[in-house]
This record gives sequence, C-alpha cells and structure tokens, in this order.
Amino acid sequence: MSETHLTGAEIVLRALRDQGVEVIFGYPGGAVLPIYDAIFRQNAIRHILVRHEQAAVHAAEGYARSTGKVGVVLVTSGPGATNAVTGLTDALLDSIPIVCLTGQVPTHLIGNDAFQECDTTGITRPCTKHNYLVKDVNQLARIVHEAFHVARSGRPGPVVIDLPKDIQFADGVYVGPEHVQHKTYRPQTKPDRAKVEQAVEMIARAKRPIFYTGGGVINSGPRASALLTELVRLTGYPVTNTLMGLGAYPASDRQFLGMLGMHGTYEANLAMHGCDVMVAIGSRFDDRVTGRLNAFSPGSAKIHVDIDPSSINKSVRVDLPIVGDCEAFLEMALEIWRERKPRIDKDALAAWWRQIEEWRAKRCLSYEKTDRVIKPQYALERLREHIRGKDAYISTEVGQHQMWAAQFLPFEEPNRWLTSGGLGTMGYGLPAAIGAQIAHPNALCIDVAGEASILMNIQEMSTALQYRLPVKVFILNNQWMGMVRQWQELLHGERYSESYSEALPDFVKLAEAFGGVGLRATKTSELDDVIRTMIETPRPVIADICVDQKENCFPMIPGGKAHNEILLGPSETLGEATPEEGMVLV
Amino acid sequence: MDTTIERHTIAVLVDNEPGVLARVIGLFSGRGYNIESLTVAEVERDRGLSRITIVTSGTPMIIEQIKAQLSRLVPVHKVRDLTEEGPHIERELALVKVAGMGDKRIEALRIADIFKAVVLDATLSSFVFELTGTSDDLDRFIELMRQLGLVELSRTGAVAMSRGSEGL
Repeated sequence: MSETHLTGAEIVLRALRDQGVEVIFGYPGGAVLPIYDAIFRQNAIRHILVRHEQAAVHAAEGYARSTGKVGVVLVTSGPGATNAVTGLTDALLDSIPIVCLTGQVPTHLIGNDAFQECDTTGITRPCTKHNYLVKDVNQLARIVHEAFHVARSGRPGPVVIDLPKDIQFADGVYVGPEHVQHKTYRPQTKPDRAKVEQAVEMIARAKRPIFYTGGGVINSGPRASALLTELVRLTGYPVTNTLMGLGAYPASDRQFLGMLGMHGTYEANLAMHGCDVMVAIGSRFDDRVTGRLNAFSPGSAKIHVDIDPSSINKSVRVDLPIVGDCEAFLEMALEIWRERKPRIDKDALAAWWRQIEEWRAKRCLSYEKTDRVIKPQYALERLREHIRGKDAYISTEVGQHQMWAAQFLPFEEPNRWLTSGGLGTMGYGLPAAIGAQIAHPNALCIDVAGEASILMNIQEMSTALQYRLPVKVFILNNQWMGMVRQWQELLHGERYSESYSEALPDFVKLAEAFGGVGLRATKTSELDDVIRTMIETPRPVIADICVDQKENCFPMIPGGKAHNEILLGPSETLGEATPEEGMVLV
Repeated sequence: MDTTIERHTIAVLVDNEPGVLARVIGLFSGRGYNIESLTVAEVERDRGLSRITIVTSGTPMIIEQIKAQLSRLVPVHKVRDLTEEGPHIERELALVKVAGMGDKRIEALRIADIFKAVVLDATLSSFVFELTGTSDDLDRFIELMRQLGLVELSRTGAVAMSRGSEGL
C-alpha cells in the first residue's frame, strides 16, 4: 500500500470519514482549532454546533440511539472536556456507542497546569469504556479506528481520544480501517449452543414464565427486537421491558405487560415476583428493577443472557448464565425451538394468564379524570393519540414526566425512545431530541420534559434554531421538581425542602426569545389544540402544559420494598412510619 | 447467598501502556473492592506485556465480579484466579531494618538465621534483612522483629504462579 501523509487534523477527518461518520456534534476552542480548520476545508462530514459540551454528548447519544450508529463528539481541552463528563457517564451507564475527541494542550506542556489543561484521560477513565492519549501522530489513525471498534463492539460505550494540539499539526501516516485490528478486544458474541438448548428446555417446561428484556435487545439491532417478538409470540408467554428496553416488543400487544420496576405496572411486577422461570435478555437487574434484593422473584429459576459477563451474577444470582449477543441468542433459541417443537404446559400457561389478567384488571395506571386541572397523565394520553401512526421519536428529561412518558406513550418499535435510564441525567432530553432530529430530518422529535429539567440545557434551543430543527419540547409544568417533591411527601414527612421551582421563566416568551414558537395550555379544553399546533408547526416549539401540581407517579415500589409491596395510588400509604432502610436508599 | 469472605490471588496480563495500572486500581476503588496487595512489572518486553498480581478478598460473588470487571478492561489480555484454579506458589520479599545493641541484636541475628533471611546491610547498631517467603512467613518474622527493635519495613506484595507445566 502506498503511504498517505497527512496532518494529524486531516488524519482525524479522514479516519472519521472512513468510519462512515456523517455528523459531528461539537464546540470549538483553542486546543482543537486545527481540527476545526480541517472541518472547514471539507464537505463530507457535517458539524453541528451545540451551545454546551454536555449537550454535544447527549445529542450524539440521541443520534446514536435513534440510528444504531456511533455518535461522534468534538470538544476542546479543559472545560470542554470536563463539561462532556456528564454525557460520557450517561453513555457509559446506558451503553451508548460514542467516540469523543477532546483537544489537549501540546505534549510539551502536559503536566504544566497550562491554560485550559486538565488530566482528561485521568478524569474520564472511570466514565468511559476506554480512553486514549495520543502522543505519536503515526498512531493516530490506528487509535481512531480502534476507538470505533471498542465503542461499538460487545457492550457499547463511550470512548475518549485526547488529542494534543501539536499532534493535530504534525505530519503522519494514514492507515485505513481495513489495516487495523485490535490486539485483544474481541468480546464473545456467539452464545454457547449447549446452554441455549438448556435455556429452551427451561423455557418450554415453565408453568409461570416471563420474558424480562432490556436495553441490550435494542443495542443488538432492530433484528433482535423482531426475533424477540417472534419468540414471545411463538411461546405465548408474557413479556415485560425495562425502561431502556421499551420498544423491543410492541407495546400494544396483548402479551406485553408494560414496563417493570419502581414505576412499572402492577401486572409486570407481580408477574416478575410470582414467575417460576424468568428469561432475562439484555437486562441487568438494576436496583430500580429488582426492588429489595432478598425478596426479588424468590421462587424462580433465572436465565440471563448478556453480552457483558460482568452484568451476570452482579446483584442477582442466576441459574443459567449465557454470555452472548441478544440477536445471536434469540436466533439460536428460535431455531432450536422450531427444531424440537417442545410441548408447553397449556393448562398451566392459561392459569398463569388468568392470574395476570386479574392483576391487569386493577388498571394500575388509572388516574382521576377531571376537567378541573390538566392531569399530566391525561396530557400524555392526548399526546399519544396525536402522534399515533406518525414517524415519532420521543426523548425525555428525568423525573415524574419521564416515568409517565414510559407508562403512557406507545413504543411499537425499537430506537424510538431516548431516555437517560442509568445515570438519570436532567437536561438529557432536548439535546437528545436534536440529535435524533439531525438523523431523521422529517420525523417528529418530541422531548417530553419537566419545567425543572428543561432549564438544565435550555440553551440548546439556539442549536435547534440554527439548524432549523423542528424539535418539540412538551413541558409537563407542575412548578415542582416533581419526583423530589413526591419522595419528600412520601418519605420525608412532607418537608418540601428546595423542591419548588421559584421564579420560573415564561416558557412561551422564552421560546419566542430564542426565535421559536411558544404555546401554553392551562385547561383541558386547550390541550388538543396546543398539541395539534405543536405538531403542525414546522419550527422548534415549546409547549408549556400547566399540569396538576400535586399529582404523584404511581404505581410505586418504595425503596427497600419488594415487587409485591407495590403501591397502586395515593390511597395506599406506606404504613405508619417510613422504614429507615427505605429512606437511605436512593 | 454465600457471604463468607475468601482471599484470592489473581494474575492479570495487561498491555504495558500508560494508565493501565490506574485502570485496575480505579476499578477496585471505584467499586469498593479490597486490595490486600498488588504488584506489577513488565514481563515480556517485545510484546509489551506486564503482569499484575492482586491479592484481594470478598464473597464468592464479589470475587466473580472482580474477575469479570478486570476481563472487561480493554488492555487486559488474561485474568486467572490462581486460588481457584488449583495449587499455586506465592512468594513475597521483605526488607526489614532492625536497630539495637546487646542481647536483642544477637537474638535478631539468630532468628534471621532460623528464617534463612539474608543480611544485606550491617552496622554496629543495625541490620537490614532480606526475607523471601509466603506472606505468612514474612508476617511471623516481622512480628518477632517488632520485639527486637524493628525500625523500618518494606514489602513487595505477593507474586504468584500456578504449579505444573502449564503457562498463564
């Protein structure tokens, strides 16, 4: 092969192009100026200028989650890198493939407390899947290709490449991705067939089975979701999704029990508690899912399929661990099932479904229907009706509105639900919606927000305006940090410490100040018009939906409680005193 | 669930690149695992490989997690639990400085002889002993030296290897 000599900055752009990158989310600064110069002199890759580096990462996450591609971020040294840390941690916890390039002071100044210097690789080591400090321009191309391999292989995650400014100027040799192979990193993706056979046998023999699937199915690609749907339908078994896994199975299907966990449905949580065989696929037994560990699904045999061996037996001991990619597992399991045509216990399954239908009949998501005030659940039900059948992507911030969105919005397909699950990052939703809108220019991208969360990255309205992105911000405005207020009400003796949103901006005027469109609904009668106008307006819109200030999010499994101690509504209280151990749990 | 605390010696083969030790140590501190001792040195120059030996303790579930988490680090080639995989040898080296005169000095030298410690440095009022052995051997020797004028102690932490013809 003939050697190609380029500057470090050109190598970066060339490597990104060869990796199929179409868009970078970033913010310039002194230590990345050579790369910005290289961006200026090419047309293959589009740069989206955000207004804060945290938002650059969240936008890249929204892009990655809605497309399945790697999201790319470019920020400067020092504050550029530290501002990106929240986004990187978010991507790590939710397993989102990100490559983040950070500028660094020139190599001879590293360690000198130079202007805008920070120990980026040191700071980001615990919040990335891997990171690199490039000290030799001839290693640069290899490192960029490796970074993409690491970010997207196995359990995906964020990778940081720290690039000193002198390396960006230096001349070096470019190598294409076809010449780069990582020395060690080859995660196991193909599951052990004998174990899958054993799993099929366990699944077939179950009397009270449940599929419990998570973000791993989404990350495995849309085919994994299709295979999951096939397997679930073939068996006739019930299925529940985690917050990260919504959309892997069509929400409207009869076999779908809704989301499980702290604010999951009654039927999903009780089915998890009472099942005899649990099939966990790409889910990680998060504390928000399990509730009190020693009371978690006590009588079940557990199968756990995960691409990350460290997720298996981390908090819950399982009976059959299977390391592998969800798609590969599902494909193999389906093939074995079809081959063996196992006879399932139809009577037991019918009895199990009768039990589930009894739980379902509690209608755990019901709420007070009233014209007096807009109930947040009602606002989302109306939104659901208006987006039905549309090409829609939903992102959220973090809090009550997020849980209500997970409960009330219909996710029929994977990759359409963008929410910060693991880290719970307020300020995630607007930049994520921007990232999704960049990837899907003609789709309807809605950030379901709270009035407190949205203020954490509200500056991104400018980004939306600059690129004419018609993102919609649907604020369920209850003037409280709702989830904080709810916990204070239920667990801290109604002492509402610092959770009231004083001095809120006028969101209609705020939208207009940014150059967007502001709408407001204060009465149920105004709601449909506002939603319709929001959807029909081909510009960035903030819809300020003034909802009931006191509404709480139910069902709820309080901290330290088991699935079968789930509270259905305000009429059910926690009992006399709040259990101390529940209060200390987050 | 098994809650007995077990002590395990784990050998880890890693790329000898900047930050690799910080990754391993950060993993232990970040997830609240114990490190009883940790040693590291390059073992294969041409392939740029270092070997880390970690002595750690925890419940069986924690030990399993530690191994899975270590294996997940990108620059890690191999993780072997020597305690679990069968008989293995562990050795540690200590430098022990003892100061004193008269009977205590003579007693220190006599005990050093029993333990087969080597005198690396001697003055009229002090010795520096080198002792190699299992960590328990070293503990016993050091305990005796405490009563005979121990003034300084330096230990390497354990290195370990499986018995038999198999390599790591």
